[in-house]
Amino acid sequence: MFKLLQQLRQAGVLGINQRNCEYTLVYNQRKLYPLVDDKLKTKQLARQARIDIPDLYAVIEFERQLADLPEILENYADFVIKPAHGSGGDGIIVIVGKHKGMYRKANGQLVDIVALRHHISNVMSGIYSLGGQPDKALIEYRVKFDPVFEHISFQGIPDIRIVVFLGVPVMAMVRLPTRLSDGRANLHQGAIGAGIDIATGKTLTAVLSNKIVTEHPDTGNNVMDVEVPHWDKLLYLAASCYELTGLGYQGVDIVLDRDLGPLILEINARPGLNIQIANHAGLLPRLNRVKQAQAILADIDDRIRFARQAFSVLH
Amino acid sequence: MDKRHLFWLVGTLTSIGLVIAIFKWLVLGFSFHPEAISDLWEIEFKVQFQGKGGPVKIEIYIPSNVHPYTIVDENFVSRGFGLTTIRKKGNRRAIWSKRESSGIQGLYYRAAIQKLTSAQQPASIKTPKVEQFELDDVTKAAAEGLIADIRVHSADTDTLVAQLMQQLSLAEQNSNAALLLGSKPDLEKRIDAAILVLNLIDIPARVVHGIDLDTTTRDARFSTWLQIHKELRWWYINPDTGQQVEPESFIPIWYGKDEILHVKGARKQGLRISVRKSTQSSLQAATLRGEIISPQLLSFSLFSLPVQNQEVYRILLTIPLGAFLLVILRNVVGVKTFGTFMPVLIALSFRETQLIWGVMLFCIVIASGLAIRFYLEQLKLLLVPRLGAVLIIVILLMAAISILSHKLGLERGLSVALFPMVIMTMTIERMSIVWEERGATEAIQQGIGSLLVAAIAFLFMSNVYLEHVLFVFPELLLVILAITLLLGRYSGLRLLEIRRFRALADSKSDV
Repeated sequence: MFKLLQQLRQAGVLGINQRNCEYTLVYNQRKLYPLVDDKLKTKQLARQARIDIPDLYAVIEFERQLADLPEILENYADFVIKPAHGSGGDGIIVIVGKHKGMYRKANGQLVDIVALRHHISNVMSGIYSLGGQPDKALIEYRVKFDPVFEHISFQGIPDIRIVVFLGVPVMAMVRLPTRLSDGRANLHQGAIGAGIDIATGKTLTAVLSNKIVTEHPDTGNNVMDVEVPHWDKLLYLAASCYELTGLGYQGVDIVLDRDLGPLILEINARPGLNIQIANHAGLLPRLNRVKQAQAILADIDDRIRFARQAFSVLH
Repeated sequence: MDKRHLFWLVGTLTSIGLVIAIFKWLVLGFSFHPEAISDLWEIEFKVQFQGKGGPVKIEIYIPSNVHPYTIVDENFVSRGFGLTTIRKKGNRRAIWSKRESSGIQGLYYRAAIQKLTSAQQPASIKTPKVEQFELDDVTKAAAEGLIADIRVHSADTDTLVAQLMQQLSLAEQNSNAALLLGSKPDLEKRIDAAILVLNLIDIPARVVHGIDLDTTTRDARFSTWLQIHKELRWWYINPDTGQQVEPESFIPIWYGKDEILHVKGARKQGLRISVRKSTQSSLQAATLRGEIISPQLLSFSLFSLPVQNQEVYRILLTIPLGAFLLVILRNVVGVKTFGTFMPVLIALSFRETQLIWGVMLFCIVIASGLAIRFYLEQLKLLLVPRLGAVLIIVILLMAAISILSHKLGLERGLSVALFPMVIMTMTIERMSIVWEERGATEAIQQGIGSLLVAAIAFLFMSNVYLEHVLFVFPELLLVILAITLLLGRYSGLRLLEIRRFRALADSKSDV
C-alpha cells in the first residue's frame, strides 16, 4: 500500500483533494462558476466570442411550454435534450430521428412525446442539477458523427476532453462510447478513454473501466495511434476557453462534427481525473511546468507552442 | 500565505480546547470516565377519597431531597384542585384543595428519585434543638429512673442508645420502661419513649417514616426508624436492637409523629404507593454528575441546563463526532455516500434501534421504497409530487413494519419510527436516479457505502465513554473543529484513489 502510494506520488498523480485544494479553489473564482455550470450561459458567451458551438434550438423553462413540445420539435429531424445544469452526462437524451410520431433514441429505442415531456419535466425540477435547484432543458443541434471515429466507437459521438491550465492545454483524451456505456461518452458509464499526445494529436494508451485496452470491445479495432483530425483547431479552441471563461483550471469538451468541424460541447470547472488513467500519466508534473513557465506565456499562440513542445510523448 | 493562517487558527483552537479540558480534569477534578450509573426510582402516591359535595382539603407528606437521594423530576396530577407545597420542620407537604368536590376522586403525586452513589453526606452545621416535652411527674420519674439504669451500663452515646432500646424492648423486666410505654407496647410507642428519654439527656432524636426502595411494588409499606443527631449529622438507629445502622434503600418521607395523609371534607378511601425501578439509565447519570460537581462551576457548564436539555445536548454533542468521521471517511478514505450528512442522521437513529436491527430496518425500508419508486417511474410523475408520494409510502412502510414486528413479538421493530423519513425519502430518490443513470452496481455500492459510514459513525457516536467525555468536556469539540479545518486543506490522495489510479503506478513522470 505504502509502496503504491510512493509510486503514485512519483508519477505525479493528482487526487481529488489536491485538485480541489490547490487548483480549482485557487485558480477558479467562485463567481465564474455559473458561466460554465449553466450551459445556456456558456453558449451565449461562446457565441459572442464567435467560438463554434452546437446550435441551440430551444430552451424549455416552464412546465406550460411542454404542451407545445411537438411544435417546438416539428422542424428538427434530430436533436439533443440536455439539462442546463447537468454534470457528468446525466440527463442527456439524444434523438436521432422520428418514426410514426415516435422519437428514436441513439440506441434505437423508440420513445413517445409523453416520455420526452416527462424527461424534460424531470430536468426542470432539478434532479440532474447540482444541489437540485430548478433547471432549464436545452434542445440543441445533434452533432453529426465524424467518420474518423466510426470504426472505434459504438453508436454515440466520441468527445475530446482537454484539460486547460492557465490557458495551456496540458492533457487530452478522447472518450469513445461503447455498448456498455449505452452510446454515452462517459468513462464511469463504461466508455473507453484514450489519451492523446498533445504535440501530434495521435491517440496513446486507452482504458476501459480502469483497465488498459488496445482494441474497442464492440468493433474490435485498434484504438491506439488514431490521428484526431483538426488537432490544431482543437488545441486553439481549448486554449481560447481561458479568455472565454477566466477559469484557471478547466476541462473543455469538444466534439467533431462531420460538417461543422470541432464544436465546444461544454466546459467543466471541476474536470475529472480519469484523464490521467487514459494517458497513463500523472497531471502534476505538467501542471508544475506550466506554473514555472507562466511568466513567458503571453498569448494564445505562445501557450499552444509551449504545450506542444513540453507535453510531447511521441517522438 | 493562508496556510500559515490556517495553522495558526488550528493551533489556537487546539490549545484552547486542551487547556480548558486539562484544567477541568486536573484542577476541578472532572473525570474522563463515566461515573457508575446510579439507580433511578419512580414513586407514585395515589390518594383516593370520596367527596361529600363540600370543600375538600388533602394534605400529604411528599419526599424532599434527603441524602443520598435527589428528586430528579416530580409532578402532580390533580385536575381542578388548587395545589400548594409547603416546607415545615424538614418535611414537605403537598396540599390539594377544592371548593366543591363530590364522588370518588383520585390525586397523584409522581417523583423520579435518584440515588447518588459517590456523594458524601453534607454535614449539617447547626445542631437541632432538643424538643421540650411537658411531662407529668410520674412519667418524668420513670424516665429519670430509666436514664439512671442505662447510664450505669454505658460508656458513650452509642452504647447509651443501645442500652435504652434494649431496655425498652424488654419492658417486662424494667418497670420504668414499662411505665413509659404503657399498655400494649409496639414499635411506635417504643420509639416515642426513646425520643422522650433521649431529649431529656440532650440528645436530639426523631422518628422517621419512609419507604424501602429495594423492590418494585404497587403497594409499598412504610417503615419507621429512629434517628439521633451526633457529630453534626443524623444517624439511623434500629429501634429493636439500638444498633446504629445505615439502611441501604430507605428513603425518608416525613419526620415526626404524624399520619402521612390528612383528609378534610371527604371520606378517605385509601392511599396507594407504588415504587418502580426505572430502566432509563442515561437521564440520571447526567443529574448525578450535576449534583456532585460544585454549583459555582455548574452555572457555566451544560450541567446548569434543565435535565431534559442536558439529555438533548448529550446526543447533540456526538453529532460533531459523526461529522468528523464523515469528513475522514469521505475525504481521506474516499467512500461515496448518498447525501453529505445522511449517514450521520441514520447513525443517530441507530441509537434507538441498535445496530443490527437498524441496518435490517434500513435495508427493508430502502429496498421496498426503491421497488415502489421504480413502479412510480412508469406513471411519469412530476418531481415534487413523486417525492411526496415516496415520503407517504415510506411512512406507511414504517407503520407496517412496526405493526408487523409488534405482532411477531419483535418489539425492536417498533423503533423504526425513529428513522428520519425525509432523509430516507431523499435517499430512495437519489438511489433510484443513480440506479438508472449509472447502473445498479454503482447505486448499491453507494448505498452500502452510506450504510457502512452510518454504522461506523454509530459505533463511535453511541460509545458511552466518548459520549461522556464530550458532554463533560465540550471544549474538546474545538480540537475536533481544528482537525476538521486541517483536513479541509488535506491534499493527499484518498485511500480509494490509490486503488483507482493503481494502473499509473508503473508510469514514469513523462515531462
